[in-house]
Amino acid sequence: MRNPLRAINWNRLEDEKDLEVWNRLTVNFWLPEKVPLSNDIQSWATLRPEERELTIRVFTGLTLLDTVQNTIGAPSLMPDALTPHEEAVLSNISFMEAVHARSYSSIFSTLCLTKEVDEAFRWSEENPHLQAKARLILEEYKAGSDPLKRKIASVFLESFLFYSGFYLPMYWSSRAKLTNTADLIRLIIRDEAVHGYYIGYKFQRAVEKLDEARRAELKDFAFALIFDLYDIEQKYTAELYDGIGLTEDVKAFLHYNANKALQNLGYEALFPPQACEVNPAIMAALSPDSENHDFFSGSGSSYVIGKAVATEDEDWDF
Amino acid sequence: MGGLVYFSSASGNTARFVARLGLSAARIPISPADAMPEPALPYVLMTPTFADGEGRGAVPKQVIRFLNDPGRRALIRGVIAAGNRNFGATFALSGRVIAEKCNVPQLYRFELAGTEDDIARVRAGLEKFWGTECLTMA
Repeated sequence: MRNPLRAINWNRLEDEKDLEVWNRLTVNFWLPEKVPLSNDIQSWATLRPEERELTIRVFTGLTLLDTVQNTIGAPSLMPDALTPHEEAVLSNISFMEAVHARSYSSIFSTLCLTKEVDEAFRWSEENPHLQAKARLILEEYKAGSDPLKRKIASVFLESFLFYSGFYLPMYWSSRAKLTNTADLIRLIIRDEAVHGYYIGYKFQRAVEKLDEARRAELKDFAFALIFDLYDIEQKYTAELYDGIGLTEDVKAFLHYNANKALQNLGYEALFPPQACEVNPAIMAALSPDSENHDFFSGSGSSYVIGKAVATEDEDWDF
Repeated sequence: MGGLVYFSSASGNTARFVARLGLSAARIPISPADAMPEPALPYVLMTPTFADGEGRGAVPKQVIRFLNDPGRRALIRGVIAAGNRNFGATFALSGRVIAEKCNVPQLYRFELAGTEDDIARVRAGLEKFWGTECLTMA
């Protein structure tokens, strides 16, 4: 007898995380039209021609990664899903990657000349480092490849490979340039953080059930892959940022994000803390309005202790 | 030194942080069906953040349930919150919410499972914090 086709029942969860992440992603849904990009037209005009070229190139590079994740990456994870709800979450992830890819074109059509953009898309097709990193990931997305290695590759794309690009709008924003564009990029960064977290979580759930030998194999694979990707990222970064003297600053950001990508998979850091000292202006641009309340080291400008709202027991009811 | 109570969801980031910290700590269970820890002495609470884009739902429900008990809530002395800077303004927001609700300081924030530096700072910070706490209570 054939297995019946099964309808998804969201009231029978096998993994609570599926609903939690579904809710998070759907509440966070956005479209580029929501961001007033045209307010950046004047700011765009203050950038020097080489800075404009760099920015467009960085965004075409990001568009390529989003395209890969939308059309190949997220869909390739679906057959490996353990629950129907996981597949539904992946379909949301896939669609949001399409929204991200579409957003860069909104930025282009608002700020740039068609000729400049066409030139940058051509550049993205010809740049060996950009092509190499996308190909390295695609290798793992191939049908028939190891499902868990596919998840590792996916987390590295979501949580590491984007950051050589995300750096630049954060940098502009820290200098009060292209601030609306930065708002849009922060929405993308927020989404990618949930994607990397969720796929990494599913990876960890699967790894728990494996024997030591297989765990060691996957860990070796993950560290080897991030080394290979980092090697490409270094070259890609140097090619893009040497001209404005920011390569070393971007690299610290890469190390910091590589460590976070590994944490999403449940692994320890690869780069030592001194290699991860990201420019504080970039950190502040990443999480604006989130003051640094560090009571322990006293380094924050303040720490929160209640605006003394008396707590009633009912406050804690829900 | 005072106690440490923490929550960590199935992703285990905060649990990994606590394991590396090497201090004894009581875990708030993931399942509402399991028994809550009942601290007898003052403690610092450590929790991840689950906020959506608007900051709603920042404090995990099991942490709310834990703090909902006046006896347990009376013993909280500070909060350490985990999160991800990629969530922008809501980074580690649960710490701020709990600090305001319970009128205790937010002691520290870290990302995901924390770095070596975070571990060192929290270890030293807690030692110092409980030192001053004892002095003020004496």
